[in-house]
Amino acid sequence: MTPAALDFLSELVRTHTGVILQSEKSYFAESRLAPLARREGHESVEALLTSLGRHWDEKLAAATVDAMAIIDTAFFRDREVFEHIGKVMLPALAAARQDGVVRVWCAGCSTGQEAYSMAMLALQVESQVPNLKIDIIGTDLSQRALEKAHSGIYTQFEVQRGLPIRLLLQHFEKIGDMWRVSERLRQAVRWRQLNLLEDRRSVRAFDILLCRNVVRYFDPAIADRVLEQMAGALAPDGFLVLGADETTRAPSLTHDETGSGAYRKTPDRGQAAA
Amino acid sequence: MGLVVDDSRSVRKVARRILEALDFETAEAVDGVEALAFCKAAMPDAILLDWSMPNMDGLEFLRLLRQEPGGHAPVVVFCAAENEPARIAEVLEAGADEYIMKPFDGDIVASKFSMAGLL
Repeated sequence: MTPAALDFLSELVRTHTGVILQSEKSYFAESRLAPLARREGHESVEALLTSLGRHWDEKLAAATVDAMAIIDTAFFRDREVFEHIGKVMLPALAAARQDGVVRVWCAGCSTGQEAYSMAMLALQVESQVPNLKIDIIGTDLSQRALEKAHSGIYTQFEVQRGLPIRLLLQHFEKIGDMWRVSERLRQAVRWRQLNLLEDRRSVRAFDILLCRNVVRYFDPAIADRVLEQMAGALAPDGFLVLGADETTRAPSLTHDETGSGAYRKTPDRGQAAA
Repeated sequence: MGLVVDDSRSVRKVARRILEALDFETAEAVDGVEALAFCKAAMPDAILLDWSMPNMDGLEFLRLLRQEPGGHAPVVVFCAAENEPARIAEVLEAGADEYIMKPFDGDIVASKFSMAGLL
């Protein structure tokens, strides 16, 4: 791929998703886009990108961006974070809600492992938090990733990354060489396509907002703006949880000293004075 | 100390390399009989255990190991081709701590060892 084609692709991905492609990954772009180029009748990936540059086609642009989506997830990724959510956040939030409903948003949920991990975690702590009802929504920009998340079907490799064997036997059914998440877990999660870059006003307040290993791939200038907007979707006593080595300077978010990459809504100074 | 029990020489070689990368001093046994003799002499901290082997298979070894003095101490992670849920449940009931379905790689072993509290 020529440097010009790679530049075009990088800019396309950046403006659509906020993600900065690593320039050394042109072989990766090549292998990701080859099937799409073939399907669209182009003789090479470069021809696909050149054609898109000349005649803009929104659907083809979206398919190109989707093919470049970063699939980087695992069940119970960073186990200590989930332990903290199960021991500290879920009990505190369920106790503070009259109906016991804890609303969870997995932003950038990719192929769904994190959302299903939350559903499993909620069942695990059921005995300690009897009134807990969990309501989980997973969103991602990638339609491809969401289709897989929705199907709940994973390879043998995927179900061995982060998932203890007892949870596999308890919550999955073996279908041929694949493993499918139980009906009960699938019912606990809803999926929506959403671009985190789009301006929106959330009508719902979330108690736990997981945005882990998402903004690390973003243009830094865009990352804080996205997280600032997300803070607006957080309940006053809710938590936003970032990935292990991610931080933010979004003014509406304050690092939570209890740890595990958690942030809370910065107290509103106007309200505090009133 | 980690003990790799598998009748396949190539699997033992791959597993040894993975365990050594996780900082385990590693020993090998070719079947349950050899593994049991090893454990009677020195209980390892972790055992990566194949199921189907000549002389004594993994399940039989596990049952005998858990009856030995100090035999509950080692963390036993099965690593076998068997992937039927009902059969996996059998070895968990017999006292296995974790289970890896072959084929495996270093990431899966690290992930499973971490779940079993070894890392």
